[in-house]
Amino acid sequence: MRVEDITRYAVGALRGYRTRTLLMLLAMAIGVAAVVVLTSLGEGARRYVTDRFASLGSHLLIVIPGRAETRGGAPATLMGETPRDLTIADAMALLRSPHIRRIAPISLGGAPVSHGSRERDSAIIGTNADFLDIRHWSMAKGQFLPRGDDERAAPVCVIGATVRKELFGVQPALGEWLRIGQHRFRVIGILESEGHSIGVDTEELVMIPVAAAQTIFNNPSLFRIIIEAKSREAIANAKQDILNTISARHQGEKDVTVITQDAVLATFDRIFKALTMTVAGIAAISLAVAGILIMNVMLVAVTQRTSEIGLLKALGAPGRNILALFLSEAILLSSAGALAGMALGQLGSWLVRHFYPEVPAYAPGWAVLAALGIAIITGGVFSILPARRAARLDPVQALSRR
Amino acid sequence: MIILDGIHRAFQVGDQTVHALNGVSLRIDAGEYVAVMGPSGSGKSTLLNVMGLLDRPTAGTYHLDGHDVTTLSDEQLAATRRDKIGFVFQFFHLVPRLSAAENVELPLMLAGVDPTQRKDRVAKALAGMGLADRADHRPDQLSGGQRQRVAIARATILEPAVILADEPTGNLDQQSGRDVIAIIEELNARGIALVVVTHDSMIAGRARRRIQIVDGNVESDTVRETRES
Repeated sequence: MRVEDITRYAVGALRGYRTRTLLMLLAMAIGVAAVVVLTSLGEGARRYVTDRFASLGSHLLIVIPGRAETRGGAPATLMGETPRDLTIADAMALLRSPHIRRIAPISLGGAPVSHGSRERDSAIIGTNADFLDIRHWSMAKGQFLPRGDDERAAPVCVIGATVRKELFGVQPALGEWLRIGQHRFRVIGILESEGHSIGVDTEELVMIPVAAAQTIFNNPSLFRIIIEAKSREAIANAKQDILNTISARHQGEKDVTVITQDAVLATFDRIFKALTMTVAGIAAISLAVAGILIMNVMLVAVTQRTSEIGLLKALGAPGRNILALFLSEAILLSSAGALAGMALGQLGSWLVRHFYPEVPAYAPGWAVLAALGIAIITGGVFSILPARRAARLDPVQALSRR
Repeated sequence: MIILDGIHRAFQVGDQTVHALNGVSLRIDAGEYVAVMGPSGSGKSTLLNVMGLLDRPTAGTYHLDGHDVTTLSDEQLAATRRDKIGFVFQFFHLVPRLSAAENVELPLMLAGVDPTQRKDRVAKALAGMGLADRADHRPDQLSGGQRQRVAIARATILEPAVILADEPTGNLDQQSGRDVIAIIEELNARGIALVVVTHDSMIAGRARRRIQIVDGNVESDTVRETRES
């Protein structure tokens, strides 16, 4: 029997029993669509989170004073035995590493900020000129903190949009003086509002030179140091250099913790990939259910078409042909269902992207291929039993029914 | 052409063994016209199934065209059925979703005949049955007589050596039945052997040879001397 005849005959049989065919197509399509939509959601969530982290800057390392304790007992910071201060001089010493491009020491606190009679409490970040480039922020007006010796406390500040509005209203703010704690600062710039930057709301910020912040907070230790490595490959070397430099300056104690952005990214990446695999697995169960449905329906089809099978045998079809006819029927059916399901799933993830544009919900290629493959293979495997039953039918008994 | 020698066929029904055929020996030559008669349950249908290679005898040998066919594999049996035997059934056994032409085409399709040749042969076969204008009708759009003629066209499309007909008129009105008999007798006249299982003594009366089966044995086997033409 020719392949095109087998296919034509199978298609004819599928068209001959429309309700049955449509129901099975639907079952398969739902299974495949579930895999496609759920994995595209998982993948979308992963990309959403990693994109947010990437927007922090590139090739970043963060140095935090104190060492992460891996052994028992509370960390030293909790016990009140503060390790050696992480100073501006420590930060500047790191710049000697050939793997490090830029450094921004950070001192963080809160203080009342006032202009004339208006006053509000605001988060204060003390840092240097490089901070803007490292974080990829930009200015709405004026300029950022001036370059120069970071130990010098120039009386200038940069403010966020909300702070500007609250303190100056409709008055121009650039060039005006405001008071932070007991000190006076001239406003030299206004920050552009960043849509999405984890952890900080740029509109609520006041930024001053790091030395000035240390004076206001009366704390010689930095909150942390943000470091940009020269390249992705330089990150590991930069980390080693940081630990060596700090240890040399702190009498052999490596009393800082270095977090790399990549490590954080990789962790999130792993978590979300695992999540995507999990939902894909759950969705794949529906494919198995669809496979069992196919087996069930094919068994009914064999019973329904017993006399047809008997006739084919009488006309000279060996069991092999009957097997091929029923198998190709099931495989055609599951392939069509899988393709319909893929279209449905792509439509679903398009809808997700349409209504939540910030979530890049694209089903990963492996998931789509796996869903198609599993659907077609389940269709085939689960119809082996019914097809063999058809092939083994006794023609005399099959024909004795009318 | 068909030589049956000591054919037994036993079925297991519950804990009883039923002997449908009890050592039937029979010889049917090419081009013969044979009516097989007998009461219900006498084994005549089983005999037809064994001759048609749909059923395997429990014991005995069967030579078809000089070849021992009792030892063939499923695949070889199917090929032999396809090439040498045409079946005509009481209930026609047309595939309901296929048109008359497609039903007639089935044996050609199973034999792997080139699709371009098929159309011609099917059209000729249908025309030969007077069904040229019914080619695209599905079985449920045809009368009983027309359905049986489609089935006969299907049975003869590969030019078999023998046609085995099991109560071919059993489901037809008198007129259609006579038409169908006329058609298969015409085939017989062209040299195709004809074995008809029937209850109808009118049909049996037309056959040259009558075989009476009772309890799985050939009770009588008579050849009519006088020939009507």
